[in-house]
Amino acid sequence: MEEDAETRKISSSFLRDHSYATEADIISTVEFNHTGELLATGDKGGRVVIFQREQESKNQPHRRGEYNVYSTFQSHEPEFDYLKSLEIEEKINKIRWLPQQNAAYFLLSTNDKTVKLWKVSERDKRPEGYNLKDEDGRLRDPSMITVLRVPVLRPMDLMVEATPRRVFANAHTYHINSISVNSDYETYMSADDLRINLWNFEITNQSFNIVDIKPANMEELTEVITAAEFHPHHCNTFVYSSSKGTIRLCDMRTAALCDRHAKFFEEPEDPSNRSFFSEIISSISDVKFSHSGRYIMTRDYLTVKVWDLNMENRPIETYQVHDYLRSKLCSLYENDCIFDKFECVWNGSDSVIMTGSYNNFFRMFDRNTKRDVTLEASRENSKPRAILKPRKVCVGGKRRKDEISVDSLDFSKKILHTAWHPSENIIAVAATNNLYIFQDKVN
Amino acid sequence: MDTMFVRGLKRKCFDGEEDIEGTLAGIKAIPSYNLQRQSLLDMSLVKLQLCHMLVEPNLCRSVLIANTVRQIQEEMTQDGTWQMINTQSTGQASLDRLVSTDILCRSSRDQAEGKHVPAYSTFNKDFECDQAQDSSETMSTASSVQAPRSLQSNVWEMENPQENKGNFQKSLDQIFETLENKSPNSVEDLFSEVDNSYYDLDTMLTGMMSNTKMGHCDSLETFSSPTNTASNSNCKSDLNDLDHIVEILVES
Repeated sequence: MEEDAETRKISSSFLRDHSYATEADIISTVEFNHTGELLATGDKGGRVVIFQREQESKNQPHRRGEYNVYSTFQSHEPEFDYLKSLEIEEKINKIRWLPQQNAAYFLLSTNDKTVKLWKVSERDKRPEGYNLKDEDGRLRDPSMITVLRVPVLRPMDLMVEATPRRVFANAHTYHINSISVNSDYETYMSADDLRINLWNFEITNQSFNIVDIKPANMEELTEVITAAEFHPHHCNTFVYSSSKGTIRLCDMRTAALCDRHAKFFEEPEDPSNRSFFSEIISSISDVKFSHSGRYIMTRDYLTVKVWDLNMENRPIETYQVHDYLRSKLCSLYENDCIFDKFECVWNGSDSVIMTGSYNNFFRMFDRNTKRDVTLEASRENSKPRAILKPRKVCVGGKRRKDEISVDSLDFSKKILHTAWHPSENIIAVAATNNLYIFQDKVN
Repeated sequence: MDTMFVRGLKRKCFDGEEDIEGTLAGIKAIPSYNLQRQSLLDMSLVKLQLCHMLVEPNLCRSVLIANTVRQIQEEMTQDGTWQMINTQSTGQASLDRLVSTDILCRSSRDQAEGKHVPAYSTFNKDFECDQAQDSSETMSTASSVQAPRSLQSNVWEMENPQENKGNFQKSLDQIFETLENKSPNSVEDLFSEVDNSYYDLDTMLTGMMSNTKMGHCDSLETFSSPTNTASNSNCKSDLNDLDHIVEILVES
């Protein structure tokens, strides 16, 4: 994507006014559906907000396909586990869309423990002229019914309804970090810190455990699962990443329990960069298959890596996201930022990758030209339809105009979640409680 | 292992230095390195403590911090610092008393009733011999905080809460011994040391020798600040209790 993207902001200000933003308003996940017509966000308050792209209009060309709120619903509520005396947060950890099969849309949303399947559908007509009840729904006196009528559908204001269709609960002891819909469209998986379960969409009362890395003795626990995803085309293949910086690819045809991986991706540690924080910064926070299914992208604390499925011993590409933080790891450990889980996304053609950073900065890397750019999502710097200016962080020495020094970065403003339209250069960037949508310059 | 960190130092940072290897060895020999490593260890232990006050801590974070502690411990064992500390320790009674923050595992209700939670019964041996001499203020400040000893077994092991007390347990005891060996007089002492050493800590532990000024680390403030506790919604006790933990840790 070019640096000069037209900026447009649907910062859901009408829903969540900046000044009244609370913890519950913090966006915790962003996801386009398969056509890119809809964009869903989940927040810490357990809400799902769906945006729909406007149809293009000739008289307002600059409003090409803006996204407007389509539906808002409460997906998860705070719960209390009385057995463990434990509060279960309502925060939406992940949203995944199912491919559209009919007029309705389906999505999966999950908090730490429970996955829900939601149906989002439109109603713009209502039936009128029933024989046994009147317009208000009251039963009519049978003696008054003298003629037989044929009910008709009358148009009404468009209504979007979200209804929970399935609730997949009680299968995770630890916190769910990923859900992924299989390409067979009949199953999906949910991964927590130590286990991965496989579900059928129709069956809510049982799931199959396909990965279990919990040691018999929890004192021996040194590694956790951090993310997992199905292959986009091969329904038997999935990958999961770990806190030790490794990725395992498993084939479900081999055995019911995929304890033994088919492939193991790991880069040998660079001895010249070794420190006490080596393991922490190599922990993988996100793993994504390319649309083609040929590559895997992983994000760790300082880099994004692209792996070829056919080469396990090292990534084919490594991009530095914010290498200037390498000298600040101790401070970042102290203030816990080092544990932030940044996600990463591919563009529609797998040629560009995008991931977040601090100070409301996000980064894009063009895999072909090897160019990279730092952009900023902020209210101050992005007026609607303004052009995004590349930002630069200066490392040591002289700071030039327009540059920002490493020491003045705001570590409380972090971009963890982003999404890329499946076919066009439209991106969604979640910056705390604001959602920014940017698109390629319109000519 | 000797060159564990020194290898991280970038050559370009030493332009003008006559002997890179010599310089690196020198850095390693500086006593402040040990001090800084100790600070990192202390910081990690406080973080682990906080993790284990939660019913369901962020497992990934806890595991990574615990691995860091193991790594430091391993290195200290190898360069002899660990043994030195252990042989130096003479005041066994006071050590026991420090470790016996087991008192902390008792809920206030149990305290009132004067009996122990069954799950923590393994600590009673320690506890009982200390009970007599333990001052009442320890009891009062400690009420809602869980003991460091129990951290491995009672928090992560949600499914088999009773099993395992093993090597790591022992190592944590040792860690707490080292903590006491420093015998600071107050919370401020403990953390002032941490504080002014961070500048170097970052540069040394991350293997960079640039002259960039580090962000200031306000140890205690950071720990009790809302940003830091954002994820701690399950926290059983108020984070102000951190002060108490630290007090207890450094009590001599």
